[in-house]
Formats: sequence, structure tokens, C-alpha cells
Amino acid sequence: MSNYKSVQVLIDEALAKEEPVFQIVLAGQVQEQALSKEELIAKMTETYGVMEAAMHNGLNSQTKSSSGISGGAAYTLNQAHKAGKTIGGDVLDKLLMRALAVSEVNACMGKIVAAPTAGSCGIVPAVLSTIKEEQEISQEQLVLSMFTAAGLGIVIANRATVSGAEGGCQAECGSAAAMAAGAVVEMVGGTPRMVGHACAMALKNVLGLVCDPVAGLVEIPCIKRNAIGAANALVAANLALAGVESVIPVDEVIDAMRSVGNSMASALKETAEGGLAATPTAQALASKIYAMQE
Amino acid sequence: MNVFDVIGPVMIGPSSSHTAGAVRLGLITQALLGEPVIDAVIELHGSFARTYRGHGTDKAIVGGLLGIETDDERIRNSMDIASSQGLFYRFEVVELKDAHPNTAIIEVTGQSGKSVSVLGSSVGGGNILIRRINHLGVEVTAQYETIIVAHTDTPGAVAAVTDLLAKQLINIAQMKVYRSNRGGEAMMVIETDQTIDPALSILLGELLPVRNVTVIEPI
Repeated sequence: MSNYKSVQVLIDEALAKEEPVFQIVLAGQVQEQALSKEELIAKMTETYGVMEAAMHNGLNSQTKSSSGISGGAAYTLNQAHKAGKTIGGDVLDKLLMRALAVSEVNACMGKIVAAPTAGSCGIVPAVLSTIKEEQEISQEQLVLSMFTAAGLGIVIANRATVSGAEGGCQAECGSAAAMAAGAVVEMVGGTPRMVGHACAMALKNVLGLVCDPVAGLVEIPCIKRNAIGAANALVAANLALAGVESVIPVDEVIDAMRSVGNSMASALKETAEGGLAATPTAQALASKIYAMQE
Repeated sequence: MNVFDVIGPVMIGPSSSHTAGAVRLGLITQALLGEPVIDAVIELHGSFARTYRGHGTDKAIVGGLLGIETDDERIRNSMDIASSQGLFYRFEVVELKDAHPNTAIIEVTGQSGKSVSVLGSSVGGGNILIRRINHLGVEVTAQYETIIVAHTDTPGAVAAVTDLLAKQLINIAQMKVYRSNRGGEAMMVIETDQTIDPALSILLGELLPVRNVTVIEPI
């Protein structure tokens, strides 16, 4: 049974047993949680239901967040998409609008699934649901791939961190993209090795990304970083499915993320003291928001 | 850490620490009071104080005091629900010494006039740490099923409680005992592997040195 200290160990176990990664994770969870496979799958299906509802609600909403600094981006993109004003094609547009939708629901105090965190909650659902539709994959297969995503996420949390306060945005939106990339590769039939390469490449793409939320709120730049994180996952998955490999092994990439996070200044780790949060515009917005509380 | 820790929890946004954790602080305070809250004074420190409106920390704590769970969309409207249920609340911004950035002191009074004060922090990912209950310094994380027993510091009090738990085949994972002074107010914080049903909670409450029993479910 995997101890979730290494993605490579998960992959090797899958290869040795000639099973997908999700089976290895699922079997491990049966032991750890004292639940049956069916119970675990049922619980994950319920979790996906919350994700779907958030995507739906966010796409149809123009509500502003209570701070007033975000809201309506998913709706705007959807309208532009329908009017043919965008250039990335159906898959990219769907991916982006869904990631924005979930993230905006989160900002508006709606119900979401932290994946791995609330700040990065749009990426996994956007990637899996969009590709499920495009490739006509069953919901059951999607739900199973969420165990792959979770297995990758646990290793990242164990070896590095998934908290912006500890590792910056690379640890939140980077981890979410790495989880989504590996999971979507497996969902469409990629090999365990491809899962590892996709995970590695998605994380590599955003090494060093700082966590600099304006006024300390999970809105700017978090919501748009969810859209970009979803696109990052798709890029990495596409490369991996084509057979392109990450030269740096996945576990070493995760370790690099941890060490980059450790050497990041605290002003760039969710304290709202650096990066975008320190810009004049952000400072002005923050003063306005703090004044609301007086 | 299991799969539902990393794809989960299902929660009301926007922040696991500033919203979900804050709901839990309110829930635990309400559980300790053991009756509907009619008055609450909530002091916020650090990042809680600076960003509570944008993160909905205020709605979250009041929601918790009303018994609304972390994944319940009514959190968004908890202020209105509080008004309709006769819960009066007041928020104050404070600066505490040596406190975690996300700390709140919640003082509540119930219908019977009973009151409870809790100092707790939201330490990340929806996890919390209660540092003070009334005047007693404690450490409660609520990651396990947790029994909080308020009792009078007397010989045999701990034995009476643990004996009853043993007879009900409840395994204690961790336990700590705190007291204000010898023979004074005391508290046991007991983390168990099994769930504690209401009947057992009542039995514990009937033990002689025990004044109050609260059972907190894990996240």
C-alpha cells in the first residue's frame, strides 16, 4: 500500500499490478478509511455533484462578491464565447469559464469543494468536466479519476505543501493543475507513466508563482489564476498524452516546489504585503474594503 | 490525510481558514453553551480583524453560533437568520498579545442566562485550535471526536469518567486535564476513536464531580 510519499511509488505499483493509478489509491483508502470501494466511490460521486452545481451556478451568475472587487467573469466569457468573439476554441473556452465559475461561487460564499484548497477550487472540476464532455466519457470514469487526482494531491501535500501561506500560489493553483493534469490523462486512457509526466509538467509550468491576494481576499488574482491553472493542466496533459516526457522526475519537481516555496519571501505568501497586493491600485482597493468594516 | 482531505472539504467559500474554520469556532462555542445563543460579543484579531467582511468571517461565526454547518449555504444569510431568531451580536476589532493571526474571542449568553467564553484560532484548511474556555487555558483541535468535561477538581473525578468510557468500550486516543487551582474549576479534554452517542453524554453528565459535558464531532 502506498504511503503517499512518492508519485513514482504510486506509478510503479500501478505498473506492477497492471492497474490504473486510481485503483491503487482506492485500494489504499479502503484500508485507511475502513470503507468499501463502493462507499468511497459513492462519496466521491457526491463530491463531484457539488462541483457540478458550483459550475452551473457560477456560469449563470453576475453577482459581485461582498467586497465588490470580483464577480461575473465566467458569465462575461460565456457571452463572448456564444457571440464568437473568443479565439481559443470550444474546449479552452469551456475550461476557462468553468474554472472562473467555481472560483466566483467561492468568492460569493457559495458551496464548493476545496481541491486541494478553496482558493484553487475551480481547476480540477473545470478540467475533468470539460474533457469528459468533449471525449464522451462516463461520469463513473470521471469520478474514478478523482481518486488519481487525490492521490497526487496527497503526495504533494506530504512532500511539499498545498497551502499558499507556506508555498505561494504554486502550492495551491500549481498543485490543483498537477492533480487535474494527471487525473485527466488517466481519465482518457493514458498510462500511469503519462500520469506522472503530466503531473510534473503542470507543476513545473508555475514554479515560483506567488500568492499575493489583493486585500487578503480570495478574489484578485485567485479567480483568474484558476482559469489559467485549468489551461495549464490541459497543456501538460496534452503533452503527456502525446508521449512528451518531463526530464525532471515528478517527485523531484515536487521537491523543487517545496524548496522554491521555502525560499519565497513571506510578503509573497498570502500575507497581502507583496506582488499584486502591494500595487497602488490594490492598496487603494484594500483601504476601501477595510473602511467598509469601520 | 485521506482523499477527502485533499478533494474536500465541501464548504461554503471563500476561505477554508477565514470562513469554514470560523464557522467551526462558532459551532463549538454554541455546543459548549448547550442552548440557543441570545447574545454574542465577538472580538476579532489579526487577519480576522482586517478581512472579516470580505471573507464573510462575521457571517461564518454567527452562522456557527446558530448551529449552521460549514457546508450549509444559509451561512450567507446568517445575519438575517440571527435577527429572526433573536440572536443579538456585536463585533469588535481587538489586538491580542502573542495570538495566531486568525483568532477570535467569542462570548455568548444563552436563554437561561448561562454564558461561555471561548478563545480560538483558525489555523488553516478549516482546522481550528481552541486555546481558552472561560478562564481555563486548554488545547482543543477537534480533529477527533472530542469530549469536553467541565468538573470540580476532586480525587477520583478522572477515574470516574475514564471508567465509564472503558465500560462503554470507548478508546481514548488522547486526554488532557486542566484546572484553575486545587479543588477549583477543572476540565478534561478527551479525544476518542469511537463516536459518543447522546445517551453516553448524559451518563457522563450524571457523574458526581461533573458539571457539564460537551461532545464535538471531528471536521
